[in-house]
Amino acid sequence: MREPDNITEMKQILEASLLTAGQPLSLDDMLKLFAGRMERATLRMLLDELKADWNQEDNSRTVELVQVATGYRFQARPQYSEFIARLNPERQPKYSRAVMETLAIIAYRQPVTRGDIEQIRGVAVNPNVIRQLQERDWIDVVGQREVPGRPSLYATTKHFLDDLGLRSLAELPPFDDFAQSEIPLDT
Amino acid sequence: MDTETVFAGHSYTATRIKGEPLSRLPQDLYIPPDALEVYLETFEGPLDLLLYLIRKHNLDILDIPMALLTTQYMAYVEKMKAIKLELAAEYLLMSAMLIEIKSRMLLPKPAEITEEDDPRAELVRRLMEYEAIKLAAQHLDAMPKVGEDIYVASAYYQHIAEVKPPEVTLDDLMEAWKNVLKRAKLNQHHKLGRAELSVREHMSLILRRLKTEELIEFSQLFDVISDGLPKLVVHFLALLELAKEGLIRITQQEAFSPIYLQASVLE
Repeated sequence: MREPDNITEMKQILEASLLTAGQPLSLDDMLKLFAGRMERATLRMLLDELKADWNQEDNSRTVELVQVATGYRFQARPQYSEFIARLNPERQPKYSRAVMETLAIIAYRQPVTRGDIEQIRGVAVNPNVIRQLQERDWIDVVGQREVPGRPSLYATTKHFLDDLGLRSLAELPPFDDFAQSEIPLDT
Repeated sequence: MDTETVFAGHSYTATRIKGEPLSRLPQDLYIPPDALEVYLETFEGPLDLLLYLIRKHNLDILDIPMALLTTQYMAYVEKMKAIKLELAAEYLLMSAMLIEIKSRMLLPKPAEITEEDDPRAELVRRLMEYEAIKLAAQHLDAMPKVGEDIYVASAYYQHIAEVKPPEVTLDDLMEAWKNVLKRAKLNQHHKLGRAELSVREHMSLILRRLKTEELIEFSQLFDVISDGLPKLVVHFLALLELAKEGLIRITQQEAFSPIYLQASVLE
């Protein structure tokens, strides 16, 4: 085995690793590939170049390199999603409105307790809803509020951001975008 | 209940929308009770129901006509009770809250009305926050997700197993094979059936006897005193097998007379 001595080889090593990882690779992960002979800044630069190589204007590539919360990953370009979906006709069941609203509250108001969620939704939180989100690894308990009963504080996970293709919560639309005094008639 | 009675009971002229006296009934104000049953299931709680009413009636959320909203809300809650829907306590709590707000609005107002004095302020704040969450939830729901719309690339490569399989020497293999044989022998021992008593072996025994004795009477072939039944059966099977293969001849002069065995002689 010979250590890479030029940029092309380094990019090829990164490419092969990212393509076979099946999950995002963090900068720390990728530094290991070069056994301590790589600067973080250089790595970032190489990744930017690799990203540009794959995101050709002419759409000649079918996968693209994207950055999400826990690192970098290759994923199919969106225009192929509907075709790929046909491989597994059993789609993931839709989450109920209760689940999605609870998730939205945790995403935008975190860290929150069950009480906070109940206050906003005006109904009791079904423990099943929390469990579903925890099993998906989209939320977890980040602490307890120091009040009687010490209720758990929930927050969204990095895995949640990964699954939604986001680098950080800041990439969600601002909450105020959803607040509207004029409620439109749905016709 | 219809819209006429709704308004008759709550001072029709006092109902204002955006400060304007309500001169005619808004379109689509009344939801037929049959349709209601369909809607009930879909509400996520009292706030959701209130928002639905506000939206349906095109009311200004910042200037909610409490009488109208309360009446409509109560009509729904009554309907829920009527069809014996397990009514969440939250719906009843909201009823009480709406009535309280309505009552406070009927009280003489101070000369200057500030925003904070409006009894509806807290309700409006909650409704607006919930509305925003609802929209945010819809947005999250519609976003592409891994496994649904996002497909992560995962080319295959031969993973180098981190846990190395234990090494096996030829000696280990031999040892294992000996054990298998040993166990197989034990098993054989336990399976004492007539087949295992080796029909072939008994065939040889009979042939050997026929070499020394030219003619054997059938019954002499069987030692019924010292041989067990399985052995006798195998002996008999061996006899049949020999006959089948044409190695012996079985003869009998007439019915019920003694049967004789003799080795076949090549013609």
